[in-house]
Amino acid sequence: MIRKLGLAALTTALSLTAGAALAQERVKFEMWYGLTGKLGEVTAEHCARFNQSQTKYEITCVGQGGYDKAEQNTIAAYRSKQHPTVVQIYDAGTVNFMLSGAVYPANQLVKDFNLNVNWNDYFSGIKNYYATSKGEMWSFPYNSSTALLYWNKDAFAKAGLTEAPKTIEDWDAALGKLKAAGVECGFAFDFDTWMPLEQFSAIHNLPLASKNNGYSGLDAEMVFNKTKFADYMKLWKSWLDKGYSRIQTAQVGKTIIQAFTDGSCATILTSVANHGVVGGLVKDGFNWDVAMLPVYAGTERKNSLVGGASMWIMSGKSKAEYEAAAAFLQFLALPSEQEWYVNATGYIPVTKTAFEKLKADGFYAKPGIKGREVSMQSLTYSEPNEITRGIRLGNFTQIRAEIRSELEAAFTGKKDMQAALDEAVARSNQILRRFEQTFKGRDLP
Amino acid sequence: MERRATFDNLWIAAALIAPQLLLVFVFFYWPASQAVYWAFTTQPPFGGSNEWVGLQNFQQIFADAVYWNSVVVSLVFAFLSTSLSIAMGLLLAVMVDRQLPGYSVYRFTYFWPYAIAAPAVGLAFRFIFAPDAGFVSAVNHWFPNLWNPALDGVDAMALIVIANAWKMAAYNFIFFLAALQAIPRTLNEAAAMDGAGVLRRVRDLQLPLILPTLFFLLVINITESFVDSFGIVDIVTGGGPARATELMVFKIYSDGFKGLDYSMAAAQSLVLMVMVVGLTFVQFRYVERRVHYN
Repeated sequence: MIRKLGLAALTTALSLTAGAALAQERVKFEMWYGLTGKLGEVTAEHCARFNQSQTKYEITCVGQGGYDKAEQNTIAAYRSKQHPTVVQIYDAGTVNFMLSGAVYPANQLVKDFNLNVNWNDYFSGIKNYYATSKGEMWSFPYNSSTALLYWNKDAFAKAGLTEAPKTIEDWDAALGKLKAAGVECGFAFDFDTWMPLEQFSAIHNLPLASKNNGYSGLDAEMVFNKTKFADYMKLWKSWLDKGYSRIQTAQVGKTIIQAFTDGSCATILTSVANHGVVGGLVKDGFNWDVAMLPVYAGTERKNSLVGGASMWIMSGKSKAEYEAAAAFLQFLALPSEQEWYVNATGYIPVTKTAFEKLKADGFYAKPGIKGREVSMQSLTYSEPNEITRGIRLGNFTQIRAEIRSELEAAFTGKKDMQAALDEAVARSNQILRRFEQTFKGRDLP
Repeated sequence: MERRATFDNLWIAAALIAPQLLLVFVFFYWPASQAVYWAFTTQPPFGGSNEWVGLQNFQQIFADAVYWNSVVVSLVFAFLSTSLSIAMGLLLAVMVDRQLPGYSVYRFTYFWPYAIAAPAVGLAFRFIFAPDAGFVSAVNHWFPNLWNPALDGVDAMALIVIANAWKMAAYNFIFFLAALQAIPRTLNEAAAMDGAGVLRRVRDLQLPLILPTLFFLLVINITESFVDSFGIVDIVTGGGPARATELMVFKIYSDGFKGLDYSMAAAQSLVLMVMVVGLTFVQFRYVERRVHYN
């Protein structure tokens, strides 16, 4: 018995050394990502799938604990030459990386390593968001989403409503009826600007900033305090005052998603990426659905914006590492891999081929998945124009934080809404001028 | 003539202090000099091509109402959390020093909060004091909307003060207890025999005798509340609502790391450094005069 065990141990040890020897021949490289929680786990699994799919390269994926941290850590690492080969950077960080002089543009990688990537196969709403002003792709779109209205069908039924509001006027009326029917909270919101400002402006064809939302130059100026967005925020404030809605943040104790899934609030606006999360949290028999974001009546609706992150390749690595990175990015773009990723998260496929394949496979008819196709409809509602292609503003993370602070002041009654928005614009412009000065002499690609 | 122990061979002296100096240089002077350099230039996130801008960064800071707000918030926070943590630490130490029943357990456990990392403290307090779901939500049940740190700036400030004071009180407790126990028992007993009650003994005997400790803790607590309160703010309030809890150190973090404006953050940290040095100077110059060490 003991001999048998010893033999087994020996064979295991031998096979382990053999495995290690084999692994040593593989080209190793690192990828950093910002996704956390369940979505982070899926991303790590995606890396493992790549390692299993071939024997030439070996990727090590390291989660950084948040999108902003992934960006900060990559910058710090780059400054001390310890950076990874590939990094997942969120939409708002795109401009920093474009101006960094620290990246290996994706289109160049595709050319240098003869990758089979058809940029035209990417949905134009997704492609245009990340492309340079000349339409060149410097990064590979990875996890992509857009915002939707989530509505509680049971609560709506109580108020005698059977349909999701298509216009903001319908929504307003529905909230009134919900309140009359005894639903305590018709709508939960936090101070995230992505839904009410960025998505709202895109679908209404309204600019956030001049210079085509910043795509045409670093000297863009904010204009959102003078658009219909200001009316929209005043309407939200009136909802809060009338008791139609509630502020739900982690600090309050429940996020908007928790407030929706426990049935206390009847509508929320959030990313389609949360579709799976909501489905997992609600109790059996809870009827809910998603719809496109409502627009003001009489608006010619445009495409909504893509949110999420793209994969950047950093400069200063060896040819072998780039070859490995190229293989990895090629792997991620495979329709079969997109299908796996889309299924495991709530994200949307980034190429038309992958979407068609998913549709043909009946993916969007599956229970629990049904409804996610609405996001594709929203994203592809129109061909993106100069305003609806996206937002390219320097230091956008900080701009979002400034707007958030001012919205907090307005919604908690410390400031008049218009005064708060004017202040937010003034402060955002300061940030933009600061950014322009820091990058003096560099042109936005 | 005064006899002093001196090194005749300066090289040996230099060699002996070199390792320590090197550490101080690498971890303090070098980064600090970088910060000074950045504060007078514009530093792009990925490095390279700094441009000299003179005092522009400082001018911009001092012209910014939001910056002054963070200074006021920091001062209020420092004053409140230092007072509260010193008061709590002192109260607990006096109780334990009196050897009330179970004091040995308290002596052992009161120090624990200081061993907890600030973000963990923050998370715990956020859960406990969450207006919708925390233990304290019962308050809102009886008095609707009385407590909501997510929406009310005063509540938010109270929350981070309590969290920070809870942590620092543990630290203060240990120092106060050590100081109290260093007072000869006989003094206390003599005062008691003369008919002095507990409060009288604390006020006229123990407090004057532990004044050096009190002074030391005052300096430490104020400095800590300026430079080390980031973890709690980041988790509990994120500087909000509407900048009501945006301390100077948190603003430095958010401008520097979130906003990637390293130059502005460097300029702000220089101002913070000067301020902490100044406050400490004032304390030593004016408050310490009233402290007697022997």
